[in-house]
Amino acid sequence: MEIIQSVLNGILLGGLYSGDLVIVSTFLCMIIAAQVTGSLLLALVITICFMAVIGFLLQNFLINKVLDKGDEPPLLVTFGVSIFLSNVLLLLFGADARSIQSPITSSNVISSNLVSVSAVYLLNFVVAVLVIGALHYVMKYTYFGRSIRATSNDVTAAELMGVNTKRIYSYTMCLAMASAAIAGLLVGMTFVFYPSTGTQYLIIAFGVVVIGGMGSLLGTLVGGVILGLAQLLGAYFFGAGYQLLAGYIVLLIILTIKPEGLLSTAARK
Amino acid sequence: MTTENTMLAVDNLNVHYGDFKALHNISLKISSGSVVSIIGSNGAGKSTLLNTIMGINKPSDGTIAFFSKKIGGMPTNQVVAEGISMSPEGSRVFEKMTVEENLLMGAYLKQARQRKDERLEKVYGLFPVLKEKREQHASFLSGGQRQMLAIARGIMTGPKLLLCDEISLGLAPVVIKDIYQKIKEINREGVTIVLVEQDVKRSLKHSDYSYVMLKGKIVMEGKSSELPEDEVRDAYFGVNKYAKY
Repeated sequence: MEIIQSVLNGILLGGLYSGDLVIVSTFLCMIIAAQVTGSLLLALVITICFMAVIGFLLQNFLINKVLDKGDEPPLLVTFGVSIFLSNVLLLLFGADARSIQSPITSSNVISSNLVSVSAVYLLNFVVAVLVIGALHYVMKYTYFGRSIRATSNDVTAAELMGVNTKRIYSYTMCLAMASAAIAGLLVGMTFVFYPSTGTQYLIIAFGVVVIGGMGSLLGTLVGGVILGLAQLLGAYFFGAGYQLLAGYIVLLIILTIKPEGLLSTAARK
Repeated sequence: MTTENTMLAVDNLNVHYGDFKALHNISLKISSGSVVSIIGSNGAGKSTLLNTIMGINKPSDGTIAFFSKKIGGMPTNQVVAEGISMSPEGSRVFEKMTVEENLLMGAYLKQARQRKDERLEKVYGLFPVLKEKREQHASFLSGGQRQMLAIARGIMTGPKLLLCDEISLGLAPVVIKDIYQKIKEINREGVTIVLVEQDVKRSLKHSDYSYVMLKGKIVMEGKSSELPEDEVRDAYFGVNKYAKY
């Protein structure tokens, strides 16, 4: 379970409504694999491309238009898109719970009396580490990544360096959507899902970011593992009903003693 | 000031913030290779003027021409690509990035990327302290070092014209002296400089030509060496014969 949380880092990048976009990707992967390609991997590649384009269009033609109008309008547009998407899914697929089947989903890598590690959880973890590693590389060592960080640090100063910041917002959304597509497939392979599942992941994502610290990729991984462990142990000691509660208690503790998050870049001074 | 030598020409520029008129019919010329200072008190419109040249503020009317190409109202990133760079008021370095990453942001544009190494070497030569601190986050720098970083970052874009907005604000006199020394060196290498300052004496000393701004208007101009300091001071404060503005 703890491992799953870390996968959600992909979701975090996309901002608020990514929870729903993850589920959109999940459905897309499922449909494309079932109807077109037959292979999940190929379906994922197509979904990544598709979501990246959707992300660009969304940011470029919708969100960028209201960016200058204050803090609330982008948030409202975002919520609107979110509600729209989950209802489109509901219309197309109904409210049934679904899951994506593949040989990995039902097998274990290690299986003994002491521990068992399921293949899909291991896959989740490996992919999460790879995605975070790749994002870290892009953010740190490429002009594109540095311009994303500069823009989030000071928009006007970034413009003064010759950065077209609105363009950067759009490309960043592409990147976020590509990660959301990866997270989408993994979520679909790991859990059952239905059109309204997105919000659930959004809440977990918030927890992960708060614990790990805003703006830190490593923090995201650490936050994911901590939140996941807390939930797992809570469920183990107090029963399944306490799983979510245990996670939120840890969240509250962290908020009390280190409100900026464990590895926040914002707090560095 | 001959026309063929003019690098930047601002003609009858007006700028509004909502209903408030911040700049009134501003006209000025900056000739290639010179150091021009714009003197004025707080709120005289100096920063608004620079921000409008950079495309951060949009002009209501009037023209801004850079090498006779109209740049008024152009997006900031395109103005930078044309060859104008600015060290903004308060330095505005990227605090969450290292010193070197800040400098590399200056080399973001395509034409700047190709000459990144050469320019990096140049600015490290100009500001050795930045080389020492290149791996540190900019938030660890002192006020003077931040100002140096902001100027160095501006140079990394390879500008023909560098606008410096209040680069001495809040700094110790010895640091200010050092920074002005560097500005002189940058100018000697062929970069035209615009200095925006509140300090009358320093502005006149370090520039070839000066404009004095008062309440959004240019009320006085002339060769810095020929402007009488007393009269500049009157214009600065809007007293005696400048009380009418």
